Amino acid sequence: MAKQLYYEDVEIGSEVTALKKIATTRMLVQYAGASGDFNPLHYEDDFARNLGVGRPIVHGLLKRAWLVNLMTDWIGEKGRLKKLSCRYRGMDYPRKMKTFDEPLDGDTWWCKGNVTRKYLEGEECLVECEIWVENGNKEKTTSGSAVVALPSKVK
Amino acid sequence: MAAFVVTDSLKQLIGQKEEPIVFKVEEGAIQRYAQAVGDSNPLYNDVEYAAGSEWGRVMAPPGFTGWPVASGFDMFKLFEKLGKAGAPAGLLDGGVEYDFLVPIGAGDVLIAVTRLASIEGRETKMGPTMVTTIETSYINQREVVVLITRNTFLNF
Repeated sequence: MAKQLYYEDVEIGSEVTALKKIATTRMLVQYAGASGDFNPLHYEDDFARNLGVGRPIVHGLLKRAWLVNLMTDWIGEKGRLKKLSCRYRGMDYPRKMKTFDEPLDGDTWWCKGNVTRKYLEGEECLVECEIWVENGNKEKTTSGSAVVALPSKVK
Repeated sequence: MAAFVVTDSLKQLIGQKEEPIVFKVEEGAIQRYAQAVGDSNPLYNDVEYAAGSEWGRVMAPPGFTGWPVASGFDMFKLFEKLGKAGAPAGLLDGGVEYDFLVPIGAGDVLIAVTRLASIEGRETKMGPTMVTTIETSYINQREVVVLITRNTFLNF
């Protein structure tokens, strides 16, 4: 786990520690199995083409899970993720596999965020962030916001 | 191009509740999910570590509970119903909103109560699009609401 983040450590504009992710066709199969989302849009070429998205796309919910991962890694074990929302704005296409477990070259995604607000509410020290997933062309294909509660050094 | 027009038979579905679903949060399912999304947090993956944490058990990553994992509704059944009422056939996931109220962990038994919160007509790059929001509340074995999710789907 990363070191513990405290309320006093962040300012408006502070960056959330970026998280690198690479989506592969193998990962999409694994996610389908673990999540129960067996929509053929995520593994069948003809189905995806007929739907007008070209070829199978990364599950929006997988990108959403990356954003949860971004926030929970950043806030540490004593932090609490209180709210998270995101919208899927663009399609992402997974890398295909070169070997059993090694992907071909292709897109790399970064999950990022910035602090937009920090405030006290009742007993809680809250921090609001804008968060997003960007592809190799720096396009934000998923974006949203999150609210976290952080421990305080002074309380 | 124009916004999708929500028909009366679709409007009648707004506010409808699904049958409540009861399920147990399973440790193995949490671990398979955490591995699939690439989240190596030991609270989810390492039984011994989790046992020594303040929670004393494997915890579920936020977002594990909710559609489609440990879900309160069967989306495909729900969309069959919407389809019969006039929803366009194309379907994409639009986004999600979570209120994480109480952390959820292995062994929790949850009741999920789902209702169709809204249906709106819009125009998107996919053409005339129907935007459906489904809200689910998850209540644990101590009768505490632990999670509220709002899923948005696009039919076009």
